[in-house]
Amino acid sequence: MGVKLLLEKANVPGIRTYDVYRREGGYSAAEKALKEMTIESIVEEVKKSGLRGRGGAGFPAGMKWSFIAKPEGVPRHLVCNADESEPGTFKDRYLMEFLPHLLIEGLLISSFALGSNDTYIYIRGEYAWVATILEEAIEEATKNGWLGKNILGTGFDCMIHVHRGAGAYICGEETALIESLEGKRGNPRIKPPFPAIQGLWMRPTVVNNVETLAAVVPIIKMGGDEYAKIGVGRSTGTKLISACGNINKPGVYEIDMTISVEDFIYSDEYCGGIANGKKLKACIPGGSSVPILPANLLLKTAKGETRYMNYESLSDGGFATGSMMGSGGFIILDEDQCIVKNTLTLARFYRHESCGQCSPCREGTGWMEKILQKIEAGKGEISDIDLLWDIQRKIEGNTICPLGDAAAWPVAAAIRHFRDEFEWHINNRELSQTSNFGLQHYADPIHVPA
Amino acid sequence: MSLQFNNEQLTEFKRLVARYPEGKQKSALLPVLHLAQDSFGGWLPTAAMDYVAVLLNIEPIEVYEVATFYSMYNLKPVGKFVFEVCQTGPCMISGSENIIAYIQQQLGIKPGETTKDGIFTLKLVECLGACGYAPMMQVGKIYREHLTKEKVDAIIAEYRMQVAAQN
Repeated sequence: MGVKLLLEKANVPGIRTYDVYRREGGYSAAEKALKEMTIESIVEEVKKSGLRGRGGAGFPAGMKWSFIAKPEGVPRHLVCNADESEPGTFKDRYLMEFLPHLLIEGLLISSFALGSNDTYIYIRGEYAWVATILEEAIEEATKNGWLGKNILGTGFDCMIHVHRGAGAYICGEETALIESLEGKRGNPRIKPPFPAIQGLWMRPTVVNNVETLAAVVPIIKMGGDEYAKIGVGRSTGTKLISACGNINKPGVYEIDMTISVEDFIYSDEYCGGIANGKKLKACIPGGSSVPILPANLLLKTAKGETRYMNYESLSDGGFATGSMMGSGGFIILDEDQCIVKNTLTLARFYRHESCGQCSPCREGTGWMEKILQKIEAGKGEISDIDLLWDIQRKIEGNTICPLGDAAAWPVAAAIRHFRDEFEWHINNRELSQTSNFGLQHYADPIHVPA
Repeated sequence: MSLQFNNEQLTEFKRLVARYPEGKQKSALLPVLHLAQDSFGGWLPTAAMDYVAVLLNIEPIEVYEVATFYSMYNLKPVGKFVFEVCQTGPCMISGSENIIAYIQQQLGIKPGETTKDGIFTLKLVECLGACGYAPMMQVGKIYREHLTKEKVDAIIAEYRMQVAAQN
């Protein structure tokens, strides 16, 4: 059994309620932070922990906190990003649904450290029942003196508000989220200014992912140095992985980032192997936007070394032969899955979710979907593959926010590693409508168009 | 259909607006539109959007541009129960296509359509964050997960009974 810092108590009956959470040692980290620590020492512990943003970008959380501007007389805000919308990702939902007080405690400590008297949880609109769970937990915490005025006699006031979105992937991007929280369309802002200087209502703002903020609780409990000892290299602490697709045990798992990808997929403690006795074909290891990897490059790096479930190892080899930890949305595809079709559904997703501000993304995502649709329907030409490659390259890096990159990468990686499957689709127009390519690509898994 | 919040809905409206600093009441727009949609029959006619604009003291266009941007707001009438079936990658590889085809067959409607009796609407949606419990759909405020044909039958029967009980 690996170390569990976040989900250790997830199975305790009634842990969703304040009384049980408190009885199990809950809010002791908040007590320690507010009564015994200074703002500086809390930020210092988070910096020492090496905690990296768990939403996808992996930016050091302590450093992000230290950027917040503190102009005299201007309120500051902490915003919790609970917009979890990256296909394959459902870990924050699990955390909020089963351990709402863990998030509230993390938010309280973080709000104290950042000086946020009004903290917002921006939760995706579809998680309506989770929003209700959070509101109930906030009410309990307020009744018991953990939120409200003059918390624990420290003079610190803090209220947490739950704000439901209304269905837009783009609002997971922090500046789009802020726009949405201001009651507008989720159009990302041009940076700079960064939210730490001018964010919500043009006030200094820090936006952190749910899991990141929950991780502050064990960090304060055990100290940043101890937290940093868990894991490996710059992948410190634990990470929640939401595993889905063709595996025996889909679900949310907490790992300490020293486990190999192979063990994660095949051990009974985690995914329990590929479902229905099928073979592993490919995996998207960090949410739908990260590069898909064929089985051989997933389990071992291009150098032939074991690949591990952490930030560095998953990205070993760059985009040529590696992928990314991303949000921890781990999607497994078995031998029966069609790469063209899978890529098409993701391209459709990104076309649907593009906010339309930047031409390369607005136009490019539509083009990619149409071309993939054409190939999937058995009407593609070989030149379409190069056209797809060309379009994704023209989107990547040419947009205000990372949605453009997120839309380009899955298409690029699918062509890079599975070009022969695309070619087979095009060359076998009728056959491809009734059967699939299977595992043929293993003979020569790496294709990089010139 | 009267396009005004009743007292209970107005109380909820005030609770939503109170979350934001004074003068920043526009921030409540998304939650208030959810409230309006829930209050006015599951969709947002122009009159409802105009009413929200008056309540929040903003221009109607500020409401329209938001209502048309977010996928959860329905801009035309929908059935009593809206089946929003996820069709994105993880659900697709877990068999969502068969489920979508089966629902179409059982309800006799295509995506985007409402049954003649006004009970069901079928919508295809993108990832709802339930990938480990696929295939799945959202109905109102809850998720129905691990869908099978049998489960779809049971869900349809369940909602039909609810409607029959109300009549």
